[in-house]
Amino acid sequence: MNRTSRTTRSNFRIRYWLLASSLLMTLGTSNTLWAQSPNPSDWASVVQKAHDQALYFYTWGGDQQTNDYLVWVAQRVAEEYSIRMTHVRLSDTADAVSRILAEKQAGNTDRGAVDLLWLNGENFANLKNNDLLFGPWAEQLPNFALVNADANPGVRVDFTVPVDGYESPWLRAHLVFYYDSAYVDSPPANVAALLAWARQYPGEFTYPRPPDFLGTTFLKQALLELTDDPDPLYRPVNESNFSTITAPLWGFLDALHPLLLRQGRTFPANGPELRRLVADGEIALAFSFNPTEAVNSVIRNELPESVRTHVPDRGALANVSFVGIPLNASHKAAAMVTANFLLSVPAQLRAQDPQHLGGTPVIDVGTLSPAEQAQFAASRQSHPAAPPLMTASQPLQEPHPSWIDALEQAWLTRYGSR
Amino acid sequence: MLRAAPWLMFGLLIMPVLAGLTAIVLPAFGYLPALQQTEPGLMVWRELLNTPGIGRSAALSLSAGLLTPLLSLLLVMLFLASTSGTRWAHAMRRLVAPLLAVPHAAAAFGLAFLIAPSGFALRLLSPELTGWQRPPDLLILNDPLGLAMMLGLVLKEIPFLLLMALAALPQLNPDQRVTMARTLGYRPILAWLWTVAPALYPLLRLPLFAVIAFASATVDVALILGPTLPPPLSVRIIGWFSDPDLNRRLLASAAALLQLAITLSAIGLWIVAEKMIARLYRKLLLGGIRLSGHALLNVAGKSLMVITLGALLLSLLLLVIHAFAGPWRFPANLPGSWTSQHWLSVGSVLLAPLSNTLLLGLMSTVLAVLLVVAALEHESRQGKATTRLLWAIYIPLLVPQVAFLYGLTLLLEQLRWQPGLLLVGFAHSLFVVPYVYLSLAEPYRRLDPRWQQLSATLGASPNRTWWQIKLPMLMAPIATACAVGLAVSIGQYLATLLTGAGRVSTLTTEAVALASGGTRSTIAVWALLQSAVPMLGFVLAITLPRFWWRNRRDMRGQLT
Repeated sequence: MNRTSRTTRSNFRIRYWLLASSLLMTLGTSNTLWAQSPNPSDWASVVQKAHDQALYFYTWGGDQQTNDYLVWVAQRVAEEYSIRMTHVRLSDTADAVSRILAEKQAGNTDRGAVDLLWLNGENFANLKNNDLLFGPWAEQLPNFALVNADANPGVRVDFTVPVDGYESPWLRAHLVFYYDSAYVDSPPANVAALLAWARQYPGEFTYPRPPDFLGTTFLKQALLELTDDPDPLYRPVNESNFSTITAPLWGFLDALHPLLLRQGRTFPANGPELRRLVADGEIALAFSFNPTEAVNSVIRNELPESVRTHVPDRGALANVSFVGIPLNASHKAAAMVTANFLLSVPAQLRAQDPQHLGGTPVIDVGTLSPAEQAQFAASRQSHPAAPPLMTASQPLQEPHPSWIDALEQAWLTRYGSR
Repeated sequence: MLRAAPWLMFGLLIMPVLAGLTAIVLPAFGYLPALQQTEPGLMVWRELLNTPGIGRSAALSLSAGLLTPLLSLLLVMLFLASTSGTRWAHAMRRLVAPLLAVPHAAAAFGLAFLIAPSGFALRLLSPELTGWQRPPDLLILNDPLGLAMMLGLVLKEIPFLLLMALAALPQLNPDQRVTMARTLGYRPILAWLWTVAPALYPLLRLPLFAVIAFASATVDVALILGPTLPPPLSVRIIGWFSDPDLNRRLLASAAALLQLAITLSAIGLWIVAEKMIARLYRKLLLGGIRLSGHALLNVAGKSLMVITLGALLLSLLLLVIHAFAGPWRFPANLPGSWTSQHWLSVGSVLLAPLSNTLLLGLMSTVLAVLLVVAALEHESRQGKATTRLLWAIYIPLLVPQVAFLYGLTLLLEQLRWQPGLLLVGFAHSLFVVPYVYLSLAEPYRRLDPRWQQLSATLGASPNRTWWQIKLPMLMAPIATACAVGLAVSIGQYLATLLTGAGRVSTLTTEAVALASGGTRSTIAVWALLQSAVPMLGFVLAITLPRFWWRNRRDMRGQLT
């Protein structure tokens, strides 16, 4: 799910370690022990090797549903594969990236603390570019076939960066608006229409302040809708035309901010705080990168029954989140077996079930047996707050990771201190 | 052995900080070989000074660092003056120690819900008095001047200062001083302010400096209650250290040094102000003011403290309500239904964090108390205070944690020490030792030296004197110091996470991880769990000496 992209803020740490360590005597980095790494093509030996292994699975731990889901995963991999999984909950995935970097700088090549990491976007790009990921392994997993990657090429690209088998897909996510129908009749059709909507309902909307990932997501979605030519957004950011391309965005925000909650004088910190504002009745419109967040929250009594979900009609930012194995992971076999389990039909079915995780499966349900398809259809949400299904033309692809930082800095310069 | 203790403490606390700091000093001056930045200069500082709003951020940190201790000190002094020798103060004091156990973030969270536009206070008034069916669009939290943040800090620092004052007071024989002044015709409160306060203040200086350092560099309270556009400097440092842009590392390093400078100048300004106020105070004192303003001081001292502690207690009560609340919408005064679901969901993952928390607290506290007692005993036998050396132990409290903990982790990794409980316990003691020292140093030094002399004249060796005379007499302050140490250990987040590689989960790491995405109810459950353990420590620290000395009234300690 999208929340991993919170994790995406970790490039810095990689480089920081490089420089910090150069100041503190770097120990030589020895060659990686490829010979001892399990070979994913020989799956039976991987499973055998994973037997009775420990596994440290690091994820962002801010979501109780995900944490509960992973308790179940730990039980299942213990029963089926005798893997002793420990779920390590982080407030920010970047903390795990720091750890991996520190270990590499200290010459730890085969006994790393992190075995499996939930990540995507910037984090993945940085780990991959710095040769900190084990792989390629993901496409050799037996269950990777369920993803039907040839028909769903999106699982082979992570924020425009080719995955190349260095991380295994887990869940899908895309941007949706949710609104409280007790206070407003209808949501804005899209971000561009938000301005007119906010004039009608002043103080009923706000967004998390960048560089929070959801706040930055709002900027990206708005820019994709407002720009005439999105092509440059899929290439590394170019300083010469940055201001031209982003000019419509700033004009839009300048007009929008006085119409936000607290007249844009302060912004919520993150997505959960945004949801709290809806729950408290402070605002009537919010957005999430988890399409079923509103349904899940209504079921858990965290949001009122009158909440409804809306997908922006000009397309919604969409991405896939993945699990990756650090190059120096201690238990690579157990990590691969668990990644494979996450892609299995029972695991993906439970991930979709709003009683448990309420996410969007990454496997291609259309390729499953009719009986399994029926199971997925049965657990699909028919709740009034559920989002309509995405049509094929609706997903907007994530821009190149370099745009994230450029947009955040420009926002902070314009609005970060007044 | 004893002689080594101060040096051991010095090494334990200074080396990790220095090692970690070297990693930021050079980048702050533009020396970063990995970035092809090899020409030292002031470029980074120029960039830092040109950052929009940096002056505002620095001013916010500085003013929080000065106003928080000032307000807290005034309230504590007024309260002590107006309740000296009275009985109802006794009941109030019992509250204080357990309140100290409440983590800053938990208190800030409760306060936010009390005063927010959709918060409890306005829910009580709405819609009957205000007519509001929905929360008003008011900027109360995150106000640009940082008033909400300072309020949150003051609420949390008052119990700390009050506890420190109550621990120090009995050595001053306040009742005798007040009686003396009263025979000269002074009303009780003025008698206390003129005779006890000037003697008490020097004993509160070090705790006050700790408050200044904390308030000027707070991150968690600032994140919940503080200004956002721009935030205080400490919050910006965290942001820059976590920025994907490599060059912001340089900026973060320079800003961390600026933070250090701000914290130190806040302390410096405080010392200057001390001198000026002391002169003014003497003039007032010699003026012989005996009667005027007594009623006002009396009402202010009591009511302000009732309001502050009341707000803190109410904030905690709101956490309890949230921990059992079903849906609770504005403007309902109470939740529509109650549930234990939030607690049940925690039960499945509670055991490991709880046992780790207890083990770490025990380990770091025992180490800290042994070191601090040994150092203090050495000092007392030498007959002169090694204050200059011991000042060094405050360095872990004065240097922003983010700045040196990353470097420290790298160092440990290079030593190939496996992350685990032992290493995390060691990291905790970096922060536990100073606080244990802070709460134990004054009682230890103020112990009447005549006991020692008397025992020596009876032929007892220094060790026997310590074992049979000093230790029993200091049991209450040592118990308090243990409770403080435990509370500090439990509060550690960054140190636990980095040195434990994330594998050592504690109540605090779980709480913070969930706070980044949890609902009020889940956060409330973890915050209460996080408060419960140190509270238990304080309860033990109060009851054990009382039980032990049930036949020795004056030995029971000063906590209650």
